[in-house]
Amino acid sequence: MPFDGFMYPNEVELQWSVLIVVYPFVTGLVAGAFILASLERIFHVEAVKPTYRLALLTALSFLLVAPLPLQLHLGRPERSLEMYLTPHTSSAMAMFGFVYLWYLMAVILLEVWLEYRKEIVLLSQSTTGVKRLMYRVLTLGSSNLSEGALKVDDKVGWVITLIGIPSAFLLHGYVGFIFGSIKANPWWNTPLMPVVFLFSAMVSGIAIVLLIYMASAHLRHKVIDMRCVDTIAQYLLYTFIIDFGLEMLDLIHRIYEADESFHSLNFMMHTKLFFSQVVLQIALGTLVPILTLGFIQIFHVPEQVRKFCYAVCGTLTIIGIFAMRWNVVIGGQLFSKSFLGYTTYKVDLISREGELIAAGLLLLPFFILAVMVKILPPWPRDEVNAAD
Amino acid sequence: MITRRRLLLLLPAAAIAYPYVLMGTPEAAPNYDRAKHWWGMLLQVDKCIGCGNCVRACSAENNVPEGYYRTWVERYHVTGGPEEPPNVDSPEGGIKGFPPSPYTGGKNFFVPKMCNHCVDSPCTQVCPVGATLHTPDGVVLVDDKYCLGCRYCIQACPYGCRFLNPVKRTAEKCSLCYHRITKGLTTACCENCPTGARQLADLKNPDDPIHEFLRTHSVQVLKPHLATGAKAYYHDLDGSVR
Repeated sequence: MPFDGFMYPNEVELQWSVLIVVYPFVTGLVAGAFILASLERIFHVEAVKPTYRLALLTALSFLLVAPLPLQLHLGRPERSLEMYLTPHTSSAMAMFGFVYLWYLMAVILLEVWLEYRKEIVLLSQSTTGVKRLMYRVLTLGSSNLSEGALKVDDKVGWVITLIGIPSAFLLHGYVGFIFGSIKANPWWNTPLMPVVFLFSAMVSGIAIVLLIYMASAHLRHKVIDMRCVDTIAQYLLYTFIIDFGLEMLDLIHRIYEADESFHSLNFMMHTKLFFSQVVLQIALGTLVPILTLGFIQIFHVPEQVRKFCYAVCGTLTIIGIFAMRWNVVIGGQLFSKSFLGYTTYKVDLISREGELIAAGLLLLPFFILAVMVKILPPWPRDEVNAAD
Repeated sequence: MITRRRLLLLLPAAAIAYPYVLMGTPEAAPNYDRAKHWWGMLLQVDKCIGCGNCVRACSAENNVPEGYYRTWVERYHVTGGPEEPPNVDSPEGGIKGFPPSPYTGGKNFFVPKMCNHCVDSPCTQVCPVGATLHTPDGVVLVDDKYCLGCRYCIQACPYGCRFLNPVKRTAEKCSLCYHRITKGLTTACCENCPTGARQLADLKNPDDPIHEFLRTHSVQVLKPHLATGAKAYYHDLDGSVR
C-alpha cells in the first residue's frame, strides 16, 4: 500500500510532481538574479558591478526555461495558450502568463538589449558573415551611437530597472501566492508564503550569481574581484537572515497555534520530511551558510579561505532552497486533507515528469547562459578586446 | 396489418427513435429552465449501510475510470471522544462494499462522500481558464474540452473530490448527473441507494421535501470553517468526520 492511515481515495496519487518543484525554484533564481543586478543600477552599489551583466544574462537564461516545467506538466499541453486567450481573472495561476510575458518582454529583454546595444552595434560592424548578420538583426535597426543616444539608453535602462524591481517581486511573490492562497491545504495556506518565497528567491538568485561569477572567473583564468564577492556574500547573509527569520516565524506560529492540521504536519516534519526539511533545508542549507557568512563578517578570514567558504555556502544555499521548494510542493501533498493519513511520492527516472527531465530543465539554463555569454560577453570591455 | 409502404415509412422513424429508446426513461422535463432550480444533496449518515451501490451506479453511469471516484463511501470507527482520531477506511472507495470491521466496541457508521457543489467553490476560483464553472442552477461542472489538466483545482478542493482522468488527462469530478437531472431524473447514486440515504434536493422548488427536512432536522456540512458554501447537507454527521 503506498499510503499509511486514511487518504481520501482520490488523494493517493500526487498531482504536482518534481517539475512543479523546478518551476518555483527556477523563477526564484530569475527574480533573485535580477534584484542583485538592480543593486548596481538603482542603488549604485559599485562593488557588485562585475556581476551586473552576468546577473542579467543569468536571469534571462532561467526565465526562458521557467515555463517549460509547467508546459510539460499539463495534462493537455496543447491547450496552454488558452491561459493567454481566455484567462480566468480570479485564478492566481491565470495571471502567470501575463506576469511572465511582462517580465520577459518589458523588463529583462529590453534591459539586456539596452545594456548591450552599443556592443551589438560595434560588433555588427567589426564581425563578418553569419555573425555580422546576427548582430545586425540584434541591433533592431538602431545603430545610432551618438552621445545623446547612449544617454537615452542609460536613462531608459534605469527606468526599466526601477520598474523591474517590483516586477521581480511580483513574479515570485505571485508564485508564493499560488500556494499560499489554497485554503484547503494548511501546509501552504499562510499569508507569509509570498514573502517567504520572495526572500528565498533573492537568496537563491544572489547565491547562483555568486557561484556563476566565481566559476566563470576560474574558467577564464581571471582573478576574482574579492571586493565584489565579499559584497555579494554580505547581501546574501542579510537576505538569508530575513528569509530564515520569516520561515521560523511561520514555523513557530504553526507550533504555537497548533490547529487541527498540526499533528499531521508535525508528524511529517519528524518522518517523511525530516531529511529534506530539517537536515537539508534548515541545517545544511540555511544554518551552515548563515553561520559561516556571519563568521566571515566578524572575524578576519584569509582570502583563499573566504573564496572556498563562498563556494561552499553558495552551493549549500542552492541545495537548501531547492529542498525548500521540494518541501513546500511535495510536502504539501504527502498528507491527507482528512489529516488521518500520509502518502508517498515516488518519482520515476524516465517519464514526462521524471528525474531526468527535471535534471535537464535545471541544466538547460546553464547551456543557454553559455551561448548567451558567447554572443553577448558580460565581461569588462578591455578583457573582451584582449581576448579578441 | 403493416403494408410494405407503411413499413418503409416506419423503418427510418424507428432508426431515429432507437437512441431514445436505449436511453430508457423518456425526457420528463423537456423545457428545463436552469433559472428555476438550485441543486444540492441531502446525505443521511444514519441511513447509509455502506453497500456501495451508489459508487457502482456512479461509476457505470459516468464511465468513471477504475481506481478513481466521483463518489465514495467511508467507514468510520470511533471509540473515544472527539479528541481521539477515528479509524477510517474506504477500500476501493467502497465500490465493492465493506469487509467486516476489524474493530469492536465504539461506534461504526458510513459516510457517503461526493462533490459538495459549493456556492463559493475554491476549485472554480483557481481554474486558470474557467474550465471549471458554476451553472446557473447551482452545479459545479468541468468542461473537459477546455480543461488544461493543470490540476490546480484538485489541489484547491478541500474534500478530495477531484482527480485527473488518466485517459482524457483533464480534471474530473461528480457532475451531479447533470445529464440526468436536467431531464427530470434523479442522480444515478440517489436512484440506486436502497435506503434513501442520498436525496437530490432542489432548493428552489418549494415542493421539494428538502425544505421540510432542513426545518425539522439538524444538518451539517463538511469542513464548515472553510466557508465554501457546500451544498452537500449531512444529517447525523459525527464530529469526527473530516
